[in-house]
Amino acid sequence: MDILSLIVKYGIYTVMAVSVLAAFSVTLLPNLFHAALALALALIGVAGIYLSLQADFLAVVQLLLYVGAVMTLIVFAVMLTSRIGEPSSAPQNNQLVLPALSACIIFFSALYAIIRDTPWPVRTPLNLAVNTEDLGRALMGLYVFPFEVISVVLIAVLVGAAVVARKDRE
Amino acid sequence: MLIPYHHYLLFAAVLFVTGIFGTIVRRNLIGILMSIELILNAVNINLVVFSRTTSLAPETGQVFAIFVIALAAAAAAVGLALVIALFRVRKTILADEITTLKW
Repeated sequence: MDILSLIVKYGIYTVMAVSVLAAFSVTLLPNLFHAALALALALIGVAGIYLSLQADFLAVVQLLLYVGAVMTLIVFAVMLTSRIGEPSSAPQNNQLVLPALSACIIFFSALYAIIRDTPWPVRTPLNLAVNTEDLGRALMGLYVFPFEVISVVLIAVLVGAAVVARKDRE
Repeated sequence: MLIPYHHYLLFAAVLFVTGIFGTIVRRNLIGILMSIELILNAVNINLVVFSRTTSLAPETGQVFAIFVIALAAAAAAVGLALVIALFRVRKTILADEITTLKW
């Protein structure tokens, strides 16, 4: 294995570690604004993972849509709803931390056993790269009906979110 | 693939479990929504990994991941609108203080 692929390999592991640490901070940080920034870091790490899987278009979509749009929404919501001047209360529900932690550890052990023991039927020519043209053909060919349904859903969401969040004028 | 796909699956599993943990223990509704975004991202990673290794048509998983991202963005928009409307009425968005339906 040459030196370049070795660097890339450990780079992928580093990105994974950073993403996992950021995900832990999302659940544990007391300040919600800091948690939102940690979520942005985790999402950028996931975009890096997409790049390492040669899903270039998906990485760009992740950066634009998640890190661009959804994070903007979340940061705005955090700023609009924070109670200024009030001592910040506990970020976690203390009664639930231990049961939730044990449940998550048990669930992760089950997932680990499943991933380790399942014989995944790996396709032999592994290097079938998917470029954007293939994705576009799939979206406009086989998946054209879900594609159109998604556009209707997005319209409904736009109108619905505006109606729900608007101020009532009696 | 430079690293074995088991490692991608384990990474996605860690993200998924972290998201579930945050969904359970966070008191703030926006924190719960952020944890749900983590869960959806873990699912997306799995979809992309399987589309590269095991699926017959290699673009299927990526198309599904695009649909999941679109629906997650929609869910975030509606959820945050609900949170803002709730904050306007109740002046709180802590999940254990919203107990009107709890007798």
